[in-house]
Amino acid sequence: MKLGKILMAGILFENPIFIQMLGMCPTLAVTTSAVNGVGMGLATTAVLIGSNIVISMLKKVIPSKVRIPAFVVVIATFVTVVGLLMKAFLPALDESLGLFIPLIVVNCVILGRAEGFASKNSVLASAVDGIGMGLGFTMALTILGSVREILGAGAIFGKVLFGASYQPALIMILPPGAFLALGLLLAFLNFIQSRGANQN
Amino acid sequence: MEIKGLFVILVSSILVNNFVLSRFLGICPFLGVSKQVETATGMGMAVTFVMTVASIITYMVQHYILDPWGLGYLQTIAFILVIAALVQFVEMVIQKVSPTLYQALGVYLPLITTNCAVLGLALLNIQFEYNLIQTITHAIGASIGFSLAIVLFAGIREKLEISDVPELFKGFPIALITASLMSIAFLGFAGLV
Repeated sequence: MKLGKILMAGILFENPIFIQMLGMCPTLAVTTSAVNGVGMGLATTAVLIGSNIVISMLKKVIPSKVRIPAFVVVIATFVTVVGLLMKAFLPALDESLGLFIPLIVVNCVILGRAEGFASKNSVLASAVDGIGMGLGFTMALTILGSVREILGAGAIFGKVLFGASYQPALIMILPPGAFLALGLLLAFLNFIQSRGANQN
Repeated sequence: MEIKGLFVILVSSILVNNFVLSRFLGICPFLGVSKQVETATGMGMAVTFVMTVASIITYMVQHYILDPWGLGYLQTIAFILVIAALVQFVEMVIQKVSPTLYQALGVYLPLITTNCAVLGLALLNIQFEYNLIQTITHAIGASIGFSLAIVLFAGIREKLEISDVPELFKGFPIALITASLMSIAFLGFAGLV
């Protein structure tokens, strides 16, 4: 029961992007298409689960004064592992995410969960928290990536949606589109929330 | 020839490939520490210093330690450790040497460790195969670009505070849309280089 709650907190109620506004750099940079969003999300999830498990196992060993550097080393190790695996098995995705694979190290979501959750909770709870937060992050990136791909390229997951008469708004897959899409998406979520509050 | 190349690197990293608005590096401080021009300036200064020193040291680490020993795969770990140690060191030195500056920058210094602009810059320097002079130029350009974007953005946000924004767009949404408009403005520099 409690594990289910932790899982749902990560995916919905404490969603790292939409509610906590953490990890904005990869969110804005790689979401030019839905596939990139999913790939980045899952890579981050893998790192998050691994680092959460290891940090919660080591929480008694790490002195609190040097905990941040220690956490960073653990996270960097997992990022290196994920990066090498992606280079070997998914070279095309690795190419399109490029610089942002090593930059998972400095994703505030991961360090935030290490400091805020894994260093205080049991191994199992931390693993579940990693899965929940990771899926929440993946979901947010996929939504943003889909919106930008549909508007900016008239396609989703690479499949063309509209006929030749559709003129894609190229700006949506350029940098300004990232800020614009996320801004409008957050306003839309505010709208849903305020409507829900009015009905109660 | 050399000077011209450096100038191109400088201009392109300040305006054309602005770290915040077109490369999406350092978005967290850009959105988090930009409510007032004064704090934004402080953050810009702190980042400028750390970025410049960090790219010199990571350049040395890459070319004199990692490359000769064939340890390229340790790049991410090595660089983030260098940056974390550097930030800690800078914090201690500033605290000792200039307490006033420390007061001004104090809060922002630890945040810089997780600023992806610093690690991103170090990785880009290696990826572009810059030499030491080009690395330093790129670092200076990138940090001027970062400071420029964050200070301008803070100026606009101060005005936003007192303007009449629709209820749904208050806070982050309008800030992101403002950033989007700034980014469009910076796209105009694309033909420059």
